[in-house]
Amino acid sequence: MCGAPKQGGALAGIDLSTQTVIQGSVWHDGAPVAGAYVRLLDATDEFTAEVVTSPEGEFRFFAAPGEWKLRSLAPVGRAERVLSAEVGLNETTLAIA
Amino acid sequence: MSRSDVLVSADWAQEHLGDAGLVFVEVDEDTSAYDKGHLEGAVKLDWKTDLQDPLRRDFVDKEQFEQLLSAKGISNDDTVVLYGGNNNWFAAYAYWYFKLYGHDAVKLVDGGRKKWELDSRPLSDAEVTRPATQYTAKEPDTSIRAFRDEVVAAIDTKNLVDVRSPDEFAGKLVAPAHLPQEGAQRPGHIPSAVNVPWSKAANEDGTFKSDEELAALYADAGLDDGKATIAYCRIGERSSHTWFVLHELLGHADVKNYDGSWTEYGSLVGVPIAKGA
Repeated sequence: MCGAPKQGGALAGIDLSTQTVIQGSVWHDGAPVAGAYVRLLDATDEFTAEVVTSPEGEFRFFAAPGEWKLRSLAPVGRAERVLSAEVGLNETTLAIA
Repeated sequence: MSRSDVLVSADWAQEHLGDAGLVFVEVDEDTSAYDKGHLEGAVKLDWKTDLQDPLRRDFVDKEQFEQLLSAKGISNDDTVVLYGGNNNWFAAYAYWYFKLYGHDAVKLVDGGRKKWELDSRPLSDAEVTRPATQYTAKEPDTSIRAFRDEVVAAIDTKNLVDVRSPDEFAGKLVAPAHLPQEGAQRPGHIPSAVNVPWSKAANEDGTFKSDEELAALYADAGLDDGKATIAYCRIGERSSHTWFVLHELLGHADVKNYDGSWTEYGSLVGVPIAKGA
């Protein structure tokens, strides 16, 4: 299935010994941003995936170990962050200034 | 066929909501998106439960398509205006179905649901019901649908365009990165395929790039204008987006979407596979 799964929530059922999970939340003005578009770009800045944040502002990707960039788009503004992911859980926050 | 025949702007869509003879249709993998709010008067199609056969791996046949559109209140004379999430992946996929079953008056809203939301345009949560119709579909037009044998025969012969992300093309990922990395298929790509990720055809807000930018994109990737083209991805929805660009926007004459895509090809016994960039 290629559909966007529900964002956020428990990690139950996800094998963190094999999956490289990048997850976190988008914030603006001290509150989570629901419905923001978060895209995952690879080391060459190429688009890899995009999800929409949950009501709690959460997003989650299943990637591979390496360098990644996260970029969020929302009516209130945009944010960007670079991170280096490893197998297991990689957590981060995107703050819209 | 030109861009204005197949693509409408969000402004145009907003001005024409509710017009007689126009039916707005949202197509999503995630039906909760529609339920949270949709374009005023738009009906919903669920790509999985409405557009796929419930038993066999195939999409709905002619009779099932007729039943679906009749129940949704879409008639043969209506102009269907499609939009959806995921940068219009699934709306483009539905667009391809409508063309396959001979519905000519169909358009996409440029940017789909994403641009609509980023522009903070109005959404409605009112329930939409339309009176049922007696929709009649044509026989499927297989000149726009590729099957596995012709894909294998197309290696080194036709243009094969793999529209997945570079990491999926290289065999590093087996699914888009918003999904768990699992599946029985072997990773990689079809030999002689060029990798032009669907995302290169779209701007960040989900709208399509200009015709000039699109023409340059595929020319630079080495697509031979004199050859037929087959586009594929993982399950055929991202490649519908590229099929729309090549066939509908750029007017290439012979372009097929291989909806079996990598989940079929990567599971076939004995076919050649290439890995790496």
